[in-house]
Amino acid sequence: MSAASQQFEHDAERLTHDLRHRSLIQTALKKYEVARDSKKSRYQDWQSARQTAAEIKWDAVNHLNTYLEEFASKLEARGAHVHWASTSEQARQIILGIVREKNARSIIKSKVMTGEEIHLNEALEKAGLTVVESDFGEYIVQLRHEAPYHFVFPAMHLVRGEISKLFEEKLGSKPTNDPEELMMIARGILRNKYITADVGITGANFAIAETGMISITENEGNARLTCALPKVHIALMGIEKVLPKLQDLALFMPMLATAGAGQVLTGYNSLYAGPRQPGESDGPDEFHLVLLDNKRTHLLADAEQRDALHCIRCGACLNVCPIYRNVGGHTYGTTYQGPIGSVITPHLRGLQEWKHLSYASSLCGACTEACPVKIDLHHHLLQGRRNAMARYPVWWERLAFKVFGLVVNHSLLVGLASSLARVAQRLHPLIKGTRLDPARPWTRSRELPQVAKQTFKEFWRSRKR
Amino acid sequence: MCYPRVGISIVQILERLGHEIDYPEELACCGQPAFNSGYWKETRPIAERVLKRLQDAAAVVIASGSCGAMLKKFYPELFANTAHARAAHELAAKCYEFSDFLVTKLGVTDLDAYFPHRVTFHDGCHGLRELGNKKQPRELLAKVRGLDLIEMSEAETCCGFGGTFSAKFPMISTAMGEVKCTSALETGAEYIVSNDASCNMHIQGLADRQRLSLRTIHLAEVLNSR
Repeated sequence: MSAASQQFEHDAERLTHDLRHRSLIQTALKKYEVARDSKKSRYQDWQSARQTAAEIKWDAVNHLNTYLEEFASKLEARGAHVHWASTSEQARQIILGIVREKNARSIIKSKVMTGEEIHLNEALEKAGLTVVESDFGEYIVQLRHEAPYHFVFPAMHLVRGEISKLFEEKLGSKPTNDPEELMMIARGILRNKYITADVGITGANFAIAETGMISITENEGNARLTCALPKVHIALMGIEKVLPKLQDLALFMPMLATAGAGQVLTGYNSLYAGPRQPGESDGPDEFHLVLLDNKRTHLLADAEQRDALHCIRCGACLNVCPIYRNVGGHTYGTTYQGPIGSVITPHLRGLQEWKHLSYASSLCGACTEACPVKIDLHHHLLQGRRNAMARYPVWWERLAFKVFGLVVNHSLLVGLASSLARVAQRLHPLIKGTRLDPARPWTRSRELPQVAKQTFKEFWRSRKR
Repeated sequence: MCYPRVGISIVQILERLGHEIDYPEELACCGQPAFNSGYWKETRPIAERVLKRLQDAAAVVIASGSCGAMLKKFYPELFANTAHARAAHELAAKCYEFSDFLVTKLGVTDLDAYFPHRVTFHDGCHGLRELGNKKQPRELLAKVRGLDLIEMSEAETCCGFGGTFSAKFPMISTAMGEVKCTSALETGAEYIVSNDASCNMHIQGLADRQRLSLRTIHLAEVLNSR
């Protein structure tokens, strides 16, 4: 069992017994569901919106080379520097190179999940830089030295009292239970950070090939300040974020807001197209875009699961996932939690280490139903299991299923097995729940069904006579 | 083996409707446990036998949405690009989950059943999302005399069974079952009705251990009550 798998099981065991935690997450996500459904009803036809979105993403992902080149050349024409990073190490080095060249000392960041993916903060801090997260949720988890709990709602696992206490300890603020006051405490500190930061780092929600722009969606205005105030702006994004046309945003912006957060439209949606141009009053002097592969092309090469690159990181699949709702985000140990994370992490970080995530699903399909770009998530988990067992079979499981196949294909053996089951059922109380009990994973928390006095087959035969 | 009443009820209902029934005694399993665990190669011999045995049937009626989805949706995937691809598609086309068979294929909703109880309906995930059978069981229940259907808020939420998932991740599976039971109890229902025996097995197993006053029953048994 891999280390990641052990950690998952350990944390899942702990968190499923934490009723307070489960109820906190479920209450929050039920509220999301209500909000999402009310906003979905404003679409003339949500299903055809999904279909259109899926088709646009299909086109983008299947012609990624063309669109990326178009996007990069348009951006470069306006004086932006475009960097191509194959690995997370390369991406870190590119970014470190830029900040060193600028003699930067402090960095302000808006929310960027690819930054989490490449462990950017650690690398920057190790190089002696001060890094401050400006998204409220990210700021909170940064103060706690934690990974984001959810890739859209990084601090959703914390209640106001906990945040107030954290601010008291770390920032010396007065306790409060008022969300606005809490926000203002963070803002008071952050305003100064924007002004003094040498470099601003952001992500990108979408990249537009047609116009060479990146689009950033946010609710707090922090990304706008991160882009506008420091002299240098570095944007880091995965290569799958590109969309062909500017008009595509008319669909994707509201869709991201509705599916992800139950909003009509996110508070701020801004487009950035390179450094400040002559005659413009604001914007950075320098604009760098880092395009990150980090095994996305590995996923692109897999025709069966390629549509996982359609993902717009809205988080809808996490929000509806009964596994996520019961084990929470940190349990996954991944940058991208929930169903989409379970699908892509084995591709991005290694099948052997992360294959357990394909199995940590009841395959209920709630994720696939919720996905605005129609990624076949739960079937990919199923295919992930097949891929995993083709390469790393568990010998006793394979043997067990071979025997199982042998038994069910021979009526005599089935008869024997059902007789044995009756005997076993009578003896079972002697070992039930103990370590000798082969059904222990089940019987620790559930009762087994009873073998009927007359099975259906016996009924059928008695009737034929 | 554990739920003979399901099969018996289906036989009795369909015979009352004038159909001739053949029960393929030699088929014990569709192979889903192996398939869902990733052992597709080990699944094929089981599935091939099913394909062969059912090839002459006019229609195949399946008691559980989960097994239904296996035959209808996953056999074609399992046998894609093999010699059995066509047979898998032919079988898929004539397979029906029980409630879908009654409502869609036969156009029957009123079976003159009488079940004077307050019930709530649990949508098995495979029946609901793989096969799209949301309305059919409800249309059937609406015609049952004396029956009072109260929908639970988590009707479409997975009960946590998930086949081998329930043994691989018992803690998550159990937590999911608890969410389901809590939601069912909120309705004040005496019975959870479902068209999937495996969900019932899971929900009942948990309810019995936790001494909850919940009883699960298969849709076919309800429709066969008079």
